Amino acid sequence: MILMGSLFIRREKFSVYWKLTIEECILIGVNSIFIVAIVSSFIGAVTCIQTAANLINPLIPIYVVASVTREMSILELAPTFTCVVLAGKVGSSIAGQIGTMKITEQVDALEVMGINSASYLILPKIIASLITIPMLVTIAAFLSILGGFIAGRLGDIISTRDYVYGIQSDFNQFNVTFALIKAFIFAFLISSISAFQGYYTKGGALEVGQSSTMAVVKSCIGVLVADLLLAQLLLN
Amino acid sequence: MIECKNINKSFNGKQILKNVNAVFEKGKTNLIIGASGTGKSVLLKTLVGLVVPDTGSVLYNDRDFTHSDNEERQSIRREIGMLFQGGALFDSKTVEANVMFPLDMLSNMSKSEKADRVDFCLQRVGLSHAKKLMPSEISGGMAKRVGIARAIAMNSQYLFCDEPNSGLDPQTSILIDNLIQEITHEYDITTVVVTHDMNSMLEIGESIIFMFKGEKIWEGTKDNILNTEVKDLQDFIFASKLIRDMKS
Repeated sequence: MILMGSLFIRREKFSVYWKLTIEECILIGVNSIFIVAIVSSFIGAVTCIQTAANLINPLIPIYVVASVTREMSILELAPTFTCVVLAGKVGSSIAGQIGTMKITEQVDALEVMGINSASYLILPKIIASLITIPMLVTIAAFLSILGGFIAGRLGDIISTRDYVYGIQSDFNQFNVTFALIKAFIFAFLISSISAFQGYYTKGGALEVGQSSTMAVVKSCIGVLVADLLLAQLLLN
Repeated sequence: MIECKNINKSFNGKQILKNVNAVFEKGKTNLIIGASGTGKSVLLKTLVGLVVPDTGSVLYNDRDFTHSDNEERQSIRREIGMLFQGGALFDSKTVEANVMFPLDMLSNMSKSEKADRVDFCLQRVGLSHAKKLMPSEISGGMAKRVGIARAIAMNSQYLFCDEPNSGLDPQTSILIDNLIQEITHEYDITTVVVTHDMNSMLEIGESIIFMFKGEKIWEGTKDNILNTEVKDLQDFIFASKLIRDMKS
């Protein structure tokens, strides 16, 4: 909390943060599109296949497979699964980068120049995460549903007509809002926890590795706990 | 001029600095020497504000840096340049961008003025040819010179160097020492160098303080240090048989 508070004092010029934030958006967002696309497509495909395999009751119409794939993708797979993956990729990168700067005195160099190192290093990453991670979650949701469709067609599980009907039936718009709320909160948790771990690294290369690992572990736990609390608060 | 008055600092119950009083004069290379673990680097970090002393003050031309508000500290910090032991260059920026960094962040100069200033600083340290290289592509000595260029980019009034010769060969060490001294005299700035390098002490030690177990127990110059009667300082200087043989 003290670290978060210190981000907003002795801030630098807006143009500095703008440039840094754009760079971080590319690093965090654009560079993660491939992994998010791969993970979400395959997860959607597996969800479709497994749902179909478990729907053994002939009274349940086949389009339910699509509905379940849609619901799981939007409510859980896209926000939570994607953010757990991003906790690994983005979280370890943030912690490693800041931790390395810390042990090589680059952070001290910023402080000696009169620059608020916490604000300069961390604030752009948090802002970039809040912008790009919800976008990635949105892309993940679409690709997950698409992955389910492709798996359904390739495995001859469900027809296109039934799948399209299924993803439209009983659609609850609030679920999209819920997914985006989760994405924002997870984005903040991943970036802030990882930055904290990196910023307070002391020692050498070993400690940077440990900070990176702890950033991933703590971010994942944070995401999962927040997932449970948000589900309880907003869906119950 | 920088003055430190009654500086005391402890970490985890262990006292690292004990009632240190010292004056670092303008226009001179002021050295802080001592064996490893005697508090030299902690004293340096206290002078630049990276460590807050438990008691005591650091004064920059009679301005109390330790007890100032953020605005005053910021203003003093912008007059400070520091060369860190490892150079502390920003890995993701080129040599040119590293030297430009304080100008981008802290000055209102135009793009061309900043470029001219960077060219001047790099030329001063003999690295005009290395502008576009990354820190990982330059040697340790070059990194130190880039660090010096970055430290003087903002026309610093105070230059701090933390063991500038560590990890360097003797020839490059002399190059760095001479550069630090030339810049000190050329721009009439206050330079403070933490070192345990004997050659630096004897070459550029215009004012020297000796730290032992967190206390300043001797001060003088390179001209009288070899004749000191302080036993701990004698043990430090004449630890090497070569130096003992030179004296006798």
